[in-house]
Amino acid sequence: MITDAEQLSCQELVELVTDYLEDALPEEERLRFEDHISRCGACTIYVEQIRETISLLGRLPEDALSPEAERELLEAFQGWKRG
Amino acid sequence: MAEVAAEDKLLAALRARDESAFRALVREYHPSLVRVARIYVPTQAAAEDVAAETWLGVLNGIDRFEGRSSLRTWIFRILTNIAKTRAVRDGRTLPFSALADPARVPEAAVDADRFLDPEHPRWPGHWALKPEPWPEDALLAAETRERLAEAIEALPATQRAVISLRDVEGWSSEEVRNALDLSETNQRVLLHRARSKVRAALEEYLNEAGT
Repeated sequence: MITDAEQLSCQELVELVTDYLEDALPEEERLRFEDHISRCGACTIYVEQIRETISLLGRLPEDALSPEAERELLEAFQGWKRG
Repeated sequence: MAEVAAEDKLLAALRARDESAFRALVREYHPSLVRVARIYVPTQAAAEDVAAETWLGVLNGIDRFEGRSSLRTWIFRILTNIAKTRAVRDGRTLPFSALADPARVPEAAVDADRFLDPEHPRWPGHWALKPEPWPEDALLAAETRERLAEAIEALPATQRAVISLRDVEGWSSEEVRNALDLSETNQRVLLHRARSKVRAALEEYLNEAGT
């Protein structure tokens, strides 16, 4: 049972989201985090938005190498190869 | 183990002066090298130069590479050394503190005015302006992707490098720590700030779009 005095505020919770998702919270802190989430709809939405953000980031195309940069680097490679 | 075997093969091909092996490596890492170089040098052009110089360092050092770290970590170490040397040569003050101690300057994940006062008699630190669920269809729209990319570009270079490697490219936290020479805590602080800001930018856009 988590008493009122030990409860996280919403403002505190948003600062712990990354530690929570990275599995870096000490056990007691993790329990307080989960206790808060189980009773707070707004924070549940907040954490969900962070998850959605991460998932969208994962679907962004990675930066591609420009053909021009690739050509220059391959020229440098050929120069190196010739010694 | 599969990764190690693939790396050994790549290494052998590079040492045999195989151009296609070099091309594969360059395609995989060059854009990330440029992003990381931006932490140390002020312009995109300078970052491209540092990345190009890194590849020469990689080629010139490949026969001496002993495999004590992964090939990737070794490449990023070369980059960091070149970028730091160049910053010193150009007389720039380095943003080392941004990497070494990001927590020194506090930054809120969500604006304080979104919350009730911490001294509020009944609901201290509770949401005053709650987040609303995001509409699924808007999330998948091309314009949302553009906003997401813009939000990343707007980040400070250190945060941009960390979130790009972790969340866009899918590296593990250990790989990012090795490449950027960051402590576990600092990597997390930078990731936290970057994700919080990108979420806030998406929220702003989706709220506008929804009204």
